[in-house]
Amino acid sequence: MSLTYEIIKEKIDSQFGDKILAWEESYGMLSATVQHDHNLKVLTFLHDEPSLGFQFLTDITGVHYPERKGEEIAVVYHVHNLKENVRLRLKVFVPIEKPDVFTATGLFSGANWMERETYDFFGVIFIGHPDLRRVLNVDEMDYFPLRKEYPLEDQTRIDKDDEMFGR
Amino acid sequence: MTSEQVNINLPEGSIEKKTTRLNLGPTHPATHGVFQNILEMDGERIIQAESTVGYIHRAFEKIAERRPLYQITTLTDRLNYCSAPLNNMGWHLTCEKLLGVKTPKRVDYLRVIIMELSRISDHLICNSIVGVDTGAYTGFLYVMQYRELVYEIYEEVCGSRLTTNMGRIGGFERNFSDTAFKKIEKFLEEFPVVWKEFENLFNRNRIFIERTVGTGAISAERALNYGFTGPNLRAAGVDYDVRVHTPYSSYEDFDFIIPVGKTGDNYDRFMVRSEEIWQSLSIIRQAYEKVQAFKGAEADVYHADAPEYYLPAKADVYTKMEALIYHFKIVMGETDIPAGEVYNCIEGGNGELGFYLISDGGRSPFRLHFRRPCFIYYQAYPEIIKDTMLSDAVVTLSSLNLIAGEMDA
Repeated sequence: MSLTYEIIKEKIDSQFGDKILAWEESYGMLSATVQHDHNLKVLTFLHDEPSLGFQFLTDITGVHYPERKGEEIAVVYHVHNLKENVRLRLKVFVPIEKPDVFTATGLFSGANWMERETYDFFGVIFIGHPDLRRVLNVDEMDYFPLRKEYPLEDQTRIDKDDEMFGR
Repeated sequence: MTSEQVNINLPEGSIEKKTTRLNLGPTHPATHGVFQNILEMDGERIIQAESTVGYIHRAFEKIAERRPLYQITTLTDRLNYCSAPLNNMGWHLTCEKLLGVKTPKRVDYLRVIIMELSRISDHLICNSIVGVDTGAYTGFLYVMQYRELVYEIYEEVCGSRLTTNMGRIGGFERNFSDTAFKKIEKFLEEFPVVWKEFENLFNRNRIFIERTVGTGAISAERALNYGFTGPNLRAAGVDYDVRVHTPYSSYEDFDFIIPVGKTGDNYDRFMVRSEEIWQSLSIIRQAYEKVQAFKGAEADVYHADAPEYYLPAKADVYTKMEALIYHFKIVMGETDIPAGEVYNCIEGGNGELGFYLISDGGRSPFRLHFRRPCFIYYQAYPEIIKDTMLSDAVVTLSSLNLIAGEMDA
């Protein structure tokens, strides 16, 4: 029997109940919003429950929604059941003042750098991560560049005197 | 890098008392890219390794937040620059999924030809570089002329070679010329002979086998746990290929097999890539026949009918009102894209190349994230090279096909 979205929803809902805040389907992919302190529990359940078997972590990334007060930062997981070829998206929303979620490095070795990247760009603290440092940016950087409050340089600015590049 | 890291004490009876620290990279001829490995060595043996990446981080994800969709194609070129058209097509497919653009079959087949050509050029570089690192420079120089031929085909199709910026949302900017088809024919005719010779040089070569068999191995479980995809995962024995699992661009119309290895060592990775080149050649042949089978007006189709997103041809812009309007709207970035969240992936040169695109209905993406296979599997490198010789680590590095551009985004 193939793993349908109904089965996934039912299994997760019966296990976690109101910790699952929302279900959503967008462009063919099922997406669950999980209460932020339950991210690891849900991931572990998805990984360990034989009938679900989401044992492949495709991606972890962050998104910053400045207008969502109290839950500005989203951490997005993409997991994949390779046998049934079903993908699932998990989201947790955390406040920007305290962007803490649990690390998934215990489940997936590959989560290590993905989480470091998310920390690097959004400042998400992954509790329990063995080595939470910046990975792509320089260590001395004191801000998280993919947050929306850091705009790109204005392309029309004229105050810059740069003889080398003719601006 | 933690500066207070100290050398590891070696057990009684060792020649040295402590390990030696060796910096492999950031710029080192053997790394074929800009990344650093700090190795703790006991003589030639690696006790511990630590990787540092990010030297060529160019903030693509941030830049993409201000660009209209068609301008992001140039950013994807610079991810895995050994197979830029694959990234371009992957990006266009993602946009088409979000915008709901349906491409005609002929466009799909033309894309397949280009995608498989770039897969060949990617694998060709990787395998011949493995050859270079094991001491055989000749093979590399010999097959390089066929990468040149692939680049000539790119040139014929889109006008550029390395960072191709090929195609548009909905198809190609122009139909393939006769010269392009002739060059594809030439490639299909001549390259198999050369690749056979290349294989004869390596596959049963004793020096090569001794350098690669059993070195740099990773088990299927560990590879999956690390999020490996692509040839490196298949070399470990897992037959996961996005082209078959989730067909895109009409891959379901083609007949090909997924080669898998067994041990996940350097030799298996080499052999999997080599076999994939044969499979790609067969796909190109099939696609070429399918393209040739289109007759009449169908043979001139090279883009989807999506005037809102497809940049019109210049001749039309000068002569037709609608084309001029759409040209203006697209170039000035005045076309709003529908709100939504899309994850789309293709089988890139190194594995699952994913695009996670969030649009809030504005003119540029609200957030764009690239799932770069290199970045994800490179973190396994310290584990793979632990307790191996330095010279094997170098071969492992090239057989994993690490592309700094893809890693650092």
